[in-house]
Amino acid sequence: MAKANKKTKRLIIRAVVLILLALAIIFSIVSKDKVKVLEVGDKAPDFELVDLEGNKHRLSDYEGQGVFLNFWGTWCPPCKKEMPYIEDYYKEFTDKGVHVLSVNVGEPKLKVESFRNQYDLTFPVLIDKTKDVKEAYNIQPLPTTFLIDKNGKIVKILKSEMSKEEIKSYMESIQP
Amino acid sequence: MSKIKCQCGHENPFGTVLCEACGRPLTEEAEKSQVVDMRYEGSARRSQTYNKSIIDKIWNFFSSVKVGVSIIVAVLVTSAIGTIFPQKLYAPVTSVNATDAEYLAYYEKTYSFFGTLYYKLGFYDMYNSWWFKILIGMLGTSIIIASVDRVVPLYKSLKKQRTKRHVSFMKRQRIFGEGKAADPDESLMKAEAALKEMKYNVKMEDGAILAEKNRFSRWGPYVNHTGLIIFLFGVLLRGIPGFYVDETMWIREGELRNVTGAPGYFLKSKDFKLETYTKEDANAVFGEALDRNGPIVKNFQTDVTLYKEKEGSLPGSEDLEYVKDYSIVVNKPLKFDGYNVFQMDYRLSELKSMTMQLIEKSTDKSFGEFTIELDDPKGTYELDNGAKVELLEYYADYDGIKDGEPVSKSPIPNNPAFIFKMTTPEKPKGEKSFVAIQQTLETEENAYKVKFVSADTRDISGFTIRKDKTLYILLLGGIIFMIGVIMGSYWNHRRIWIQKGADQQLLVAAHTNKNWFSLKKELNAVKDASELPAYMDRQDKESKDERQEGAES
Repeated sequence: MAKANKKTKRLIIRAVVLILLALAIIFSIVSKDKVKVLEVGDKAPDFELVDLEGNKHRLSDYEGQGVFLNFWGTWCPPCKKEMPYIEDYYKEFTDKGVHVLSVNVGEPKLKVESFRNQYDLTFPVLIDKTKDVKEAYNIQPLPTTFLIDKNGKIVKILKSEMSKEEIKSYMESIQP
Repeated sequence: MSKIKCQCGHENPFGTVLCEACGRPLTEEAEKSQVVDMRYEGSARRSQTYNKSIIDKIWNFFSSVKVGVSIIVAVLVTSAIGTIFPQKLYAPVTSVNATDAEYLAYYEKTYSFFGTLYYKLGFYDMYNSWWFKILIGMLGTSIIIASVDRVVPLYKSLKKQRTKRHVSFMKRQRIFGEGKAADPDESLMKAEAALKEMKYNVKMEDGAILAEKNRFSRWGPYVNHTGLIIFLFGVLLRGIPGFYVDETMWIREGELRNVTGAPGYFLKSKDFKLETYTKEDANAVFGEALDRNGPIVKNFQTDVTLYKEKEGSLPGSEDLEYVKDYSIVVNKPLKFDGYNVFQMDYRLSELKSMTMQLIEKSTDKSFGEFTIELDDPKGTYELDNGAKVELLEYYADYDGIKDGEPVSKSPIPNNPAFIFKMTTPEKPKGEKSFVAIQQTLETEENAYKVKFVSADTRDISGFTIRKDKTLYILLLGGIIFMIGVIMGSYWNHRRIWIQKGADQQLLVAAHTNKNWFSLKKELNAVKDASELPAYMDRQDKESKDERQEGAES
């Protein structure tokens, strides 16, 4: 009896050691990013930016609503393409509880203003002057869009240009 | 599993070669041999004991030294292949966020077929490839399991060894001698004294002596392995966010921006300095060298101010508090909160601002100058005599006209272009013109133009941001590794057995894990002091090839 006990104990110890070592190997393969990268399902980090009119916007102000968070630059061609489509659905979806926040990554105010006027954008345009929010959201390519649901959770991260239909369906997906 | 019961009554685990207690050979092979294999004291490797479930089989696989050595060879070979062509990090690919296709193109272009193969097999980024990580992981597994399987039985058998060994054990030692002594008891007493003199631990019982020295050196390889495992563990920790940061960033003079990789911290660059040696501060010899080689850099320096986001404030709020001013010089990094910011690179003379003047074309009369700050241009510039220039559009990196409108290919002012509206009392409606470097476009003939006067530039500093919380773990691992190496290299485990046989006989045997010469020297001293019988070194006689028992590591 004692012998059988010893055997199971040994088997368990060996199994645990082997599993731990296997997990260590898997961990080393999976962990590619040294910095915590936002993923779908994470809570979207709160931020505070000022729009072109000088109004402060906080992400947490829009709790209970869906947020369509778009990072862009005036010099990036796909950003220019998708902006009018976002504008098209902005009005419609504001009433349905989906809010558009567009964040320009660190460009001069004059430039952003002329861009907004050129495309007749009516949604809030924020400038991330110190690129702090860009860092918090690990933005690499522009445009990048975060879909955030009413609980402040990230539903989807889009790292490329969106078509008009896609924008509509994405906005629908975060409708509260 | 069955135990092996020795004639002396001791129960040995399955797989034992020499009885843990008395040293009798337990296998046929050991019995036949002239000199027994003393590796691990002839104890059973733990893994040999059982071989039933899949867990045991995997365990036994990693327990094998052959497997361990094969893994080491595999790591060596792949590492060597990884040095044939440059690694991804050193591949001269232009853009910062280069895509995989760009890397493939580089390897294909530069090294043709083998380059493609190199890329496809993952050698171009070997240290991050899954197979290399698995190899290292297997190496770590092998080190742990093989060590545990050996050190425990070795420890047990060294602890259990009896003073009086069986004659068959004595006879099979590499150093062995027997002969008649005038007075065996007195010889033993004298030998004991002589051995104690030489700092041996001497046990005497039942007409037998066991003298032992430096047993701890047998633990050297295992201490060494422990150090390696700690080292590998430290490297593994680098994968956890917050333990290891290695980032780069560019910052322009006057710019305030967040520190890449250090959330919540901001840097403002006040000035970048590049100083060269001048002839005045160099003596005659260096003066000549300066003439020959041209300017030599004395100092790269960025004067910065560090800010921290206030407690509880949000990203983007710019609610900052001053931390400190610092001059970052090569090898003198800015240090804060575990981070080190190093001066690594620089770019000189990026356009910062442009000064223009508005003139009347026909008379060259100037309405005054105005300066456009390129990173924050203003909309309207008021000039003399009621004239003004409005900046309607600004293109930082002008790249021609596409689809009827000017485009900028990046937000960096490499090639600024502007659309101005010029208003003067004579032309209250204003005239528009497009101005790029060495180029002015007008929709219709204008009476006025904006003329470039001068430009101001600024420098950009390139920093590397590093944080390494694992450094002390790696250091600890390295120190333990070295302690293990020293333990095993500079001390040897020596044992001398002397016992009385029948009929006034004395038997002498000795063993060491390395450095047999010194053992023999000490044994000679004992022999001379206590009239022991002559011994012989069988391996010396049988073959000159002195086998080192260093294979234990």
